[in-house]
Amino acid sequence: MLDKEGIAKRIAKEVKDGYYVNLGIGIPTLVANYIPENIDVVLQSENGLLGMGPFPFEGEEDPDTINAGKQTITKLPGSAVFDSAMSFGMIRAKKVNLTILGAMEVSENGDIANWKIPGKMVKGMGGAMDLVASAENIIVAMQHVNKAGESKLLPNCTLPLTGVNCVKKIVTELAVLDVLPDGGFKLLERAPGVSVEDIKKATAGKLIVDGEVPEMLV
Amino acid sequence: MNKVVSGAEEAISDIKNGMTLMLGGFGLCGLPEKTILALAASGITGLTCISNNAGVDDFGIGLLLRNRQVKKMISSYVGENAEFERQLLSGELEVELIPQGTLATRCMAAGYGMPAIFTPAGIGTEVAEGKEIRNFNGKDYLMEMAFDADFAIVKAWKGDSMGNLVYRSTARNFNPVMAMAGKVTIAEVEELVEPGELDPDHIHTPGIYVHRIFKGENYEKRIEQRTVRKQ
Repeated sequence: MLDKEGIAKRIAKEVKDGYYVNLGIGIPTLVANYIPENIDVVLQSENGLLGMGPFPFEGEEDPDTINAGKQTITKLPGSAVFDSAMSFGMIRAKKVNLTILGAMEVSENGDIANWKIPGKMVKGMGGAMDLVASAENIIVAMQHVNKAGESKLLPNCTLPLTGVNCVKKIVTELAVLDVLPDGGFKLLERAPGVSVEDIKKATAGKLIVDGEVPEMLV
Repeated sequence: MNKVVSGAEEAISDIKNGMTLMLGGFGLCGLPEKTILALAASGITGLTCISNNAGVDDFGIGLLLRNRQVKKMISSYVGENAEFERQLLSGELEVELIPQGTLATRCMAAGYGMPAIFTPAGIGTEVAEGKEIRNFNGKDYLMEMAFDADFAIVKAWKGDSMGNLVYRSTARNFNPVMAMAGKVTIAEVEELVEPGELDPDHIHTPGIYVHRIFKGENYEKRIEQRTVRKQ
């Protein structure tokens, strides 16, 4: 089973040379720490920055320089700042190659819910609805089951949707899965020490297991 | 074309109960903190506020929420603002949550004189309820209307007396598009300079969009999430 860092490490393998990448809040933010140094990647932060760098050293925090999670960050050489309309313009125009975000639920046809639990919790959708509506390459980073032990990979989402038919890949503490165009979660890899049976138990939606499922290399 | 006013109090002197305000900033970054303090002290109520976030409990728009000066918030993210979430869930505060890009682009449309935009954000979700959907090239788009705000209140780094503005780093965020979108736009700046001191090639918001400008003193610029790495 993977911890959060492990999920981030595995997702980092999906980041390719030349990509502009948008990382959501939570586990996706950690992906930045594991992008191989020999590839050229630019991180987009939807509050208006391309070329996001690591956290600043203590004493060098700049209140005017933050990421979409409101964390103090740095700007790398070659970075560019722009306003919020342009930021979502480049997202809508599909200039961002990869979007990684968290979710509360994903359905077997790629619907995602991650902004609201009616009557209990409202965070707001932030930029997530814009991202999932336009991005063509969306990876969800999340836990396979919620705190109550219920599967988050469902036949249909039960919570208010953020977007429909948009998630392409899911990485959890148990597995890597593709969401197939015709529906269903195709099991690609198992986390170390996790059996196909464990993954079946934790997946409420249609799970497709085709032959031997390799253990992931992290 | 001298747009300089004495300060936040004068800048907001004709804002009335029940008006619609746009407020720049993302989280606490690039927030028009001086004008918000003046609003909090003004007793103006029944406001509709268009702003990506609602500050935190004791800073930014959170101050106006605490004073019950806000009737309705139009935002994209509530985040960890406890008082906002409490007023929302209890129904005391009317809240319209909309996608962040939709929020920014509805500001942009107002500033560009366009009545509406089409965006795929929110298709298939509750955001689309009751809205016109148009199909272009096989994909569905929601029609979203340009905002109609009485005042836009923004924060810039530098400005000149003619209202030309320059922003700094990610404190730019919603400020330029909101500056363009208000019927009356108030800009507060850290540095107020004479015409000619800003390079025309480096101006982000041309002064035509700005009606009042003043220099704020002693910016607090609070940090919401202080994150650092080890040396």
